[in-house]
Amino acid sequence: MTMRRLINLKRAEARKIYLTYAVVIVAYIVCQVMSSTKFLSSSMRGMLVPICAYMVMAVSLNLVVGILGELSLGHAGFMSVGAFSGVATAILLQGVIPFAPVRLAIAMIVAAIFAAFAGFIIGIPVLRLKGDYLAIVTLAFGEIIKSILNNFYMGIDSQGIQMSMLSDTTRLLPGGKLIIRGPMGISGIQKIATFPAGAILLIIALMIVFNLVNSRSGRAFMAIRDDRIAAESIGLDITKYKMMAFVMSAALAGAAGALFAMNYSTIVANKFDFNTSILILVFVVLGGQGNMLGGIIAAAVLTILPEKLRSFSEYRMLLYAIVLIVMMLATNNAEIKEFLSRLNPFRRKEA
Amino acid sequence: MKAKTKYVPVPSTTILPERDAGRAPVLECVKLGITLGGIKAVEDFNLTVGRTEIVGLIGPNGAGKTTVFNLLTKVYQPTTGTILLNGQDTHGMDTRQVNKAGIARTFQNIRLFRNLSVIDNVKTAMNNEMHYNMLSTILRLPDYRREEVAAHRRALKLLSIFDMQHMADAPAGSLPYGAQRRLEIVRALATNPSLLLLDEPAAGMNPSETADLMDNIRKVHEMFQIAIVLIEHDMSLVMNICEGICVLNFGHVIAKGTPDEIQNNPAVIEAYLGRKKEA
Repeated sequence: MTMRRLINLKRAEARKIYLTYAVVIVAYIVCQVMSSTKFLSSSMRGMLVPICAYMVMAVSLNLVVGILGELSLGHAGFMSVGAFSGVATAILLQGVIPFAPVRLAIAMIVAAIFAAFAGFIIGIPVLRLKGDYLAIVTLAFGEIIKSILNNFYMGIDSQGIQMSMLSDTTRLLPGGKLIIRGPMGISGIQKIATFPAGAILLIIALMIVFNLVNSRSGRAFMAIRDDRIAAESIGLDITKYKMMAFVMSAALAGAAGALFAMNYSTIVANKFDFNTSILILVFVVLGGQGNMLGGIIAAAVLTILPEKLRSFSEYRMLLYAIVLIVMMLATNNAEIKEFLSRLNPFRRKEA
Repeated sequence: MKAKTKYVPVPSTTILPERDAGRAPVLECVKLGITLGGIKAVEDFNLTVGRTEIVGLIGPNGAGKTTVFNLLTKVYQPTTGTILLNGQDTHGMDTRQVNKAGIARTFQNIRLFRNLSVIDNVKTAMNNEMHYNMLSTILRLPDYRREEVAAHRRALKLLSIFDMQHMADAPAGSLPYGAQRRLEIVRALATNPSLLLLDEPAAGMNPSETADLMDNIRKVHEMFQIAIVLIEHDMSLVMNICEGICVLNFGHVIAKGTPDEIQNNPAVIEAYLGRKKEA
C-alpha cells in the first residue's frame, strides 16, 4: 500500500512539471516550424533567443523569489557577469574550437561558474539580511556589478590575458586584441546563440529547478520561506540553504546572460541595469511566485508585447502598462483561474 | 565559542522516576536565568529531567514558561546558568545545534510550513538524516531515490501514530486546528529527539480532543522512550500524564514535586487563586 501511495503522490507532483515541459516543447516546435516556413517576421525571429534567455531568467529568479521567498532586485547583475565572461570565453576559444555549438556550450558553462561565484561573494553579506533590507542590498550589488563592468578592460596578446580597471592600461603587444573595453563593452561578437540552444538551456534550467525543488534542499528552501523559526527548530541550516538557492539561481542567470549576449554583435554593461532586474521580477510576480510555467509565459508575452505595440508609436508604453494591469487582474480572478485549470490536460479528474 | 565542558555526574537532588534511577538525566538546568529588557524573565531555574520522564511546566500567564523553552532551544541565549543535555554543555550552541543534540519542540502559536504538504513537513524535519548531494538531486541518481523512498515510508509511519496518514498530501495550512497541533508533534518527533518540548499542546482543544491528545502523548512516550516536558494550562491533562511538575511564577520556581504534592502545595494555590483575605 505504501508503494502505491508513493507512486500516486509522485504523479500528483509530476503533473504540473510534465505540463510545463510539454508547453515548452510544443511552443519550441511551433516556433521552429513557423520560423523555417518564413511564417515569422524577421523581427520576431530575432527575438526568439532573447525570449529564451528571459525565460531562463524568470525560472532562475523564481527559485529565489518564489521558492526561497527572498526578494532579489539585482538579478540582471548576475546576467551581466554571465554575459561578459561567456562572450569573452567564446572569443578566446574562437581559434581553438571551430564548432560553434560546442563553443557556445562551454561559454555558457563558464558564464554559469563566474555568475555562481559572484552570487556566492554577494551572498555572504546579503543573506544575513531579511525582507526589504535584503531587496535593497541586492539592488545595490546589481548596480555595483554594472559599474565594475563599465570600468573593466581585458585584452589578450601573445603574453596572455591582461586586465585593468578604470582606464585601459593593458598595453597590448602588436597583434593583441582588446576584448572588453569598459563602457564600450564587447563588440564584434559572433552571433552563435541559436533558438535550439536557447530551448535546450531552458529545458536544462527547468530540470535543475524542478529536481531541486522536489528534493530535501527544495523542501528546506520552502520551509525557510514558510517559517524561519520553525525551520531552525528542526535543525535546518538556514544560511547554507539560502546560499545554495542564491548561488544556483545566479548560475542559471549567468548562463542565460551568455546566451542573451551572443545573440547580439555588441554588448554593454548598461543593458543589464535596474530596469532589467525589475522586468525579470515582473515576469516572476505576474506568472505567480513559485509557478515556473507562469513565469515563462509572462516572459514571452512581455517581451513580444512592446514589439507588437510598435505601431502605436508614442502610446506604446501606455498600452504596455494597461495590458500589464489587465493581466494582473485577470490572473488573480478566481473564475479565469478555474477556466485555465480546466484547460490543463494533465489535470486529475475530479471525483 | 567556549569549549564544551564534559558533564561530571553529581548526585541529583531531584527525585527521578524509579525506572530512570541510575541513568544520567537527559536534561539538567543549573541556575538558569535570563534578563530581557532589564527584567529578570527567568531566574535561578533548576530542573532535572529523567531519561523517560514526563514533566509538566505550569504557572500563571507571564510566569516565564515559554521563556524557559526558548532558553532550552537557544532562541534566547541564557545570561546565567548552564544547560546540560545528555551530559553535554550546550553553551554557545544555536537552535540548530541544540536540535541536532536532541531537543525538538512545538510552538504555542502553531508554526507549520503551511504551503508544504503534510508529509513534506515531516520529511523536511528528516533533512539531517538524509545525505544525498546536489549532483544526486539534479541527476536523480539512485541514492536520491533510495533515501527519498525510505524517508517517505518513515514519514508515513510517523503520521500513522497520530492516524494522519490519509492527510499526507494535503497542504499543512488547510488542516483543522487539532490536526495542525498533532502534525507539529510528528514533525518534532521526526528529528529523533531525546527530549520533546510541547508548548501548550492542548490549547484551543475541546475535552474529547484533549483526551485523545493525552492518549497520543502516552503512546509517543511509550513508543519512543523519550523524555517530554510540556507547558499546559489544562490541569486535567497535566495531573493525569505528568510524573513530575514544576511550577513557575514571576520567573521563579515556586514548587516542584509529584502531581499530588503540587495540588496540595499552599504556594501553588496562592499563585493560582490568590491569598485568602485575613479576617
